[in-house]
Amino acid sequence: MAERKKMALIAAQGSLDWAYPPFILASTGAAMDMDVKVFFTFYGLPLLKPKIKAKVTPAANPAMPMKMPFGPKGFQNIDWPMPHAITGVMPGFDTMATGLMKKTFKKKGVATITELRDMCVMLGVELIACQMTMDVFGFEKDDFIDGVTFGGAAAFLDFAAEADIQMFM
Amino acid sequence: MMAHDDEIDCSGMNCPLPVLKTKMKIDGMAAGSTLKVITTDPGSCQDIPAWANRVGHEVVETGEGDGKFWFMVKRGE
Repeated sequence: MAERKKMALIAAQGSLDWAYPPFILASTGAAMDMDVKVFFTFYGLPLLKPKIKAKVTPAANPAMPMKMPFGPKGFQNIDWPMPHAITGVMPGFDTMATGLMKKTFKKKGVATITELRDMCVMLGVELIACQMTMDVFGFEKDDFIDGVTFGGAAAFLDFAAEADIQMFM
Repeated sequence: MMAHDDEIDCSGMNCPLPVLKTKMKIDGMAAGSTLKVITTDPGSCQDIPAWANRVGHEVVETGEGDGKFWFMVKRGE
């Protein structure tokens, strides 16, 4: 069998859409017998809290399709033309967009972020909380799920220097 | 279709769930035994063989029909 590969990921974004890539790649990498570490920093850090409240906002995602998760296929395929000038200031719009995205994902058989994170833990992925971000944003160690480790830039780079795959998300 | 020792139905699941569920299932099986994996995700046609090749299992037979795909995965050592 091939030698164990190593993968080092940085998760710096905390929105629902950006929460997916690190957890998908980390869980799959671990399933492919890779040693995986994910460094959660800045807005990615809240993804380590027990309850993930990640939302998605169309305001910051000009290319985000606006689709409905119900109705006939033709209706579901319509990409609703929603001007950002309107969605950006409409109260509750992000909550609605988040609900629609979650519903669509569930319907398409995509796991939730929490499910993927559980699998990461089960498969031995090391989830590292950035100590500096904790200090800046006021997080304590017991704000996070069990098994999270803590570290800084040098600790992450020490692993990343030996890794076969390194990605920043 | 060849004989198999166990089966996992990943119908309706999307990337990366079929690979993750298959990995967890086959981990509990004996080396040399065969797991039949059923999926509906077209991406799994690339993903299951890529995963198996990486971790030392062998996809010994594949097929599709009725909107489903299936893979016979022989567990490596």
